[in-house]
Amino acid sequence: MRQGAPVRSQGPPGHGTIADLSFPGRRASSLPALDVAPASVPEGFRRREPPALPEVAERDLVRHYTALSQQNYGVDTGVYPLGSCSMKYNPKVAEQIAALPGFQRVHPLQPEATVQGTLELLWRLERAICAITGMARATLQPPAGACGELTGLLLMRAHHAERGEQRRKVLIPEAAHGTNPASVRLGGYEAVTVPADDRGLVDVRALERLVDDDVAGLMLTNPNTLGLFEEDIERICAIVHGVGGLVYYDGANLNAILGKARPGDMGFDIVHVNTHKTFATPHGGGGPGAGPVGVVEALVPYLPVPRVERVEPDGPYVLAHDAPRSIGRMHGFHGNVGVLVRAWTYLAAHGADGLPEVAERAVLNANYLAARISAAFPLAYPATRPMHEFVATARGLKAATGVRAADVAKRLIDLGYHPSTVYFPLVVEEALMVEPTETETRETLDALAEAFLQVAEEARRDPERLHEAPLTTPVRRLDEARAARQLVLRWPAGKARRSEVKVT
Amino acid sequence: MEFPDDLRYTKEHEWARRENGRVRVGITDYAQDALGDVVYVDLPEVGARVRANEPLGEVESTKSVSDVYSPITGTILERNAALEDRPELVNAQPYGDGWLVVIQPDDPSELDGLLDAGGYRAFVEAGGQEG
Repeated sequence: MRQGAPVRSQGPPGHGTIADLSFPGRRASSLPALDVAPASVPEGFRRREPPALPEVAERDLVRHYTALSQQNYGVDTGVYPLGSCSMKYNPKVAEQIAALPGFQRVHPLQPEATVQGTLELLWRLERAICAITGMARATLQPPAGACGELTGLLLMRAHHAERGEQRRKVLIPEAAHGTNPASVRLGGYEAVTVPADDRGLVDVRALERLVDDDVAGLMLTNPNTLGLFEEDIERICAIVHGVGGLVYYDGANLNAILGKARPGDMGFDIVHVNTHKTFATPHGGGGPGAGPVGVVEALVPYLPVPRVERVEPDGPYVLAHDAPRSIGRMHGFHGNVGVLVRAWTYLAAHGADGLPEVAERAVLNANYLAARISAAFPLAYPATRPMHEFVATARGLKAATGVRAADVAKRLIDLGYHPSTVYFPLVVEEALMVEPTETETRETLDALAEAFLQVAEEARRDPERLHEAPLTTPVRRLDEARAARQLVLRWPAGKARRSEVKVT
Repeated sequence: MEFPDDLRYTKEHEWARRENGRVRVGITDYAQDALGDVVYVDLPEVGARVRANEPLGEVESTKSVSDVYSPITGTILERNAALEDRPELVNAQPYGDGWLVVIQPDDPSELDGLLDAGGYRAFVEAGGQEG
């Protein structure tokens, strides 16, 4: 069996933090002798003793952090099937383009005439996003998907306010991403849950009962959070439009329909895209990100400013601020432009003819993997074919062996794989949410499937062992309950080792 | 899995116990097992008004945050302060020291509309979900 990339513990054992390597007098750099007059720091601001910084040689510093980095797992080391997150491989061509001096060495306050290339890229990216989503115009400002959601809700509010309406409710399906209800609250609305039917899709009859003229809109992903295409989407949009509400497309799952179907054609009014999901920009450690938001013609006046415009067909690109009905800024300057450069590069590299293949392969890979592991981990909603990701359940395994989804995930780490998402969406018991993405080969998918099946087999043979997984990692199973009940939010200063850490 | 006979149950997996005109409320054994390790419990203040079938607080586990629905309309008389430091009581003793609140009901007979132990057991054995 082919293995994934194992998580190794390298370097000298027993070293907790860089502080543990500290030795008095060691330095990573030698400063030249002071050749200017020392500045005098006022007495009241002077430290009484030096800060407790680790004293290490450059060699120790490099080895320590290199050893830590080798314990990392990422899309560059192996398959990362974290459902609902679209952990795509990030093509290196995007890094090369983003590193070009023309994009990297510019300042947002430069005169427009000197940054025409960057403005043209933003202009082209906006048009590409509109072409893909079926929207009229878009803002590139929101620095993340959740900020895109808030932007969308503020646009919704502006739309209703201009009609003199104070609507209070926003509908969200019960399987929605956690950010949706949070954004609804932040946008000043009350979240109302729409139940799913036995297909795992929006219960249209329930929706009909829930809508009234207090509903500002509906937020939906399609395919939905179970990875299933909302077949009744046109009917759903018509119901919400029927009471004067707007329909918001959460772009979390756009990958499944890229170049195949457009939210605008389904009836959506507002769309956000996550460039770190659909357009393969790096997820990073929480940022920087980008969550562009597109809207239909009627909502264009409310979009944030400034907007990149072109005065005449072949004329220069300019930043237009004049939009009196705009909701204002959602971010400083023009959003995270470095990320937007990568997103445009991804789109340009694929081209209009390549993007549909992205969706096809993403859907094919997910369905292949779902079929390969279904004997051990059946689909939660087998009646509806999944799209780019699928939700399986370990419910049967738990009943038979006591092994839960969390145990399966931990054991996958031992076998060299990043686990799938577990326990989400909440509506599925013992959920395993798997999204292999389009770039993985059949060999990788087969190996991952074998790993899932091996875990199921081990669960029948030796369930106790699985409760203890992972067995091979630098840190064994973490006590999540204790970590949440007894928060320790900082590493104690000084020389404390792990065994000495006390809850304070 | 326990289904004490002296309790009434909701389909959202809360239990309610009559105590001299008052109603003590918690989540069921089934609920705590499904949630996994409870790490935080968010309860209403004493004096707060709660309505039947509407959220009165939240139970957070290592897996999820779940609303707790009030089984009855009334006013909060007591909240279980012990859960602040020991939320694990909800797992260890869901029908005992892991109780959540005591409610002064507007209409005690409202409890008669809830499931009895047999009805709740059947509901759980059928999958424990509405619809």
